[in-house]
Amino acid sequence: MTGKLSLRGVRKWFGENEVCKGIDLDVADGEMVCLIGASGSGKSTLLRCMNLLEPIDDGAIFLDGVDIAEPGLDPQPIRQKIGIVFQSYNLFPHMTALENVMLAPRRVHGHGREELRPKVAQMFERFGLGDRTDHYPDQLSGGQQQRVAIIRALAMEPQIMLFDEITSALDPELVGEVLDVLRDLRKQGMTMVLATHEMGFARELADKVCFLEAGRILEQGPPDQLFSAPREERTKAFLSRVL
Amino acid sequence: MTTSKVGNGAVSSRAKAPTRRELYEANVRRRATRIALISTISVGLAIFFLVPLAPGWEAVQRSFFNGRVFAATFPGLVEAFLLNVMIFAWSAPLIAVTGLAIALCRDTRAPALFPLRLFGMAYTDVFRGLPVVLVIYIIGFGVPGLGLPRPWNSPYIWGTLALVLVYSAYVAEVIRSGIDSIHHSQRSAAASLGLSDRDIMRFVVLPQAIRNVVPANMNLFIALQKDVALLSFIGPVEIFRQAGVYKSLYANFTPYVGAALIFLALTIPATRYADYLMNKQNRART
Repeated sequence: MTGKLSLRGVRKWFGENEVCKGIDLDVADGEMVCLIGASGSGKSTLLRCMNLLEPIDDGAIFLDGVDIAEPGLDPQPIRQKIGIVFQSYNLFPHMTALENVMLAPRRVHGHGREELRPKVAQMFERFGLGDRTDHYPDQLSGGQQQRVAIIRALAMEPQIMLFDEITSALDPELVGEVLDVLRDLRKQGMTMVLATHEMGFARELADKVCFLEAGRILEQGPPDQLFSAPREERTKAFLSRVL
Repeated sequence: MTTSKVGNGAVSSRAKAPTRRELYEANVRRRATRIALISTISVGLAIFFLVPLAPGWEAVQRSFFNGRVFAATFPGLVEAFLLNVMIFAWSAPLIAVTGLAIALCRDTRAPALFPLRLFGMAYTDVFRGLPVVLVIYIIGFGVPGLGLPRPWNSPYIWGTLALVLVYSAYVAEVIRSGIDSIHHSQRSAAASLGLSDRDIMRFVVLPQAIRNVVPANMNLFIALQKDVALLSFIGPVEIFRQAGVYKSLYANFTPYVGAALIFLALTIPATRYADYLMNKQNRART
């Protein structure tokens, strides 16, 4: 296998509808890969397959050379290594920001609250949420909620982070603060896969951009090449619509 | 745009003189209150004066609204009602716990636990399908009738069991609907963090589900408070039976009216409170 995370011939059906039609993708350690494409092209489903929230119907997903999509494998320990952040934040509304972040490390790693507090407080500080730890999700803005969701996923110390259009539900003036967090993670060398509509951001930071259409990766390459000189007609058409 | 202008106008004018529109609306409100008051008073007076003129009113009054009998029996009824409250007080927590357990049984997914799931389904089907009074008769008369020694033949034990069996089936269904109401994205988010199914249920789904179904469960517990009176059929002298004793003693129905008033004194505020909670929740959702 060539990557930290490698997909080989991944297929996924929802009923009669084939959403992933044999996807091959390699994500190297420390790399940032952006998935672009129209709504319904299969970006979100692909991400959900990568951390086994959706079981794939055929193909293989290798994490450090081990096939994690093997049917019958316990998904829990694998999900701990692959964090995901969703478009709609999905914070637990009955818990404070701090409790949201601490739940999984407490239950899964068995850490105590007091043991976790300094590390978690430092993460809140780092992402500009130092004074928001005891707020409930509905007391936070969309951008703040999304940053808490990112901290929640990072607190499990995953090896790979998946981001599913995490700025799509945000007001335009809040997008920047969430993208800054991603820039920060990029600098830290986190391995990341993003489904995104932020073309400027993808162009600026991605190592590789994949254009998905109708469940296939139609074209992939470094951002400069894909954005400036796309080979496929349909990539051109898509880019001319969104740029 | 226009609404925001009107809004700003209203805010700034609140400190100063009322606007034309505010004057008009205040006038309309005053007029509406006046009409409602006059209409209510006229209907009230009509009932007050006309009903006693109806033929047979005196007999009705003597039999149902007898002041002397009411005064003589009311303290005894209140005392008997304490027994209802006690039966309610120990049944309610048992019902809540059993209901939750049954709801969780129905939600198990592991094949080894399939019998539990089947049991949960059968349980809710059976006990929601039976009249409460029938279950009370079967268990309340039937089990002590097996010749159990004291204190195991107490109607309190078996009457309570009957109430717990029936009501926990309803509570289980309500809790299950609460579990179903939690959006699957919450489960996904929890699963993506590597939490086990058990922890997802315990820390993420159930706390939200139970909060959502508090008002619906309150309505069930109000119904339970009323159904405690059914235990009178198997022995305990609670308010309904006590009222029956007084009725025979005084050959008068006023004690039943007194009992009704005591029930209402508890159930009306409780239903109002449940409605308030329900409305609050609906508002929070929209």
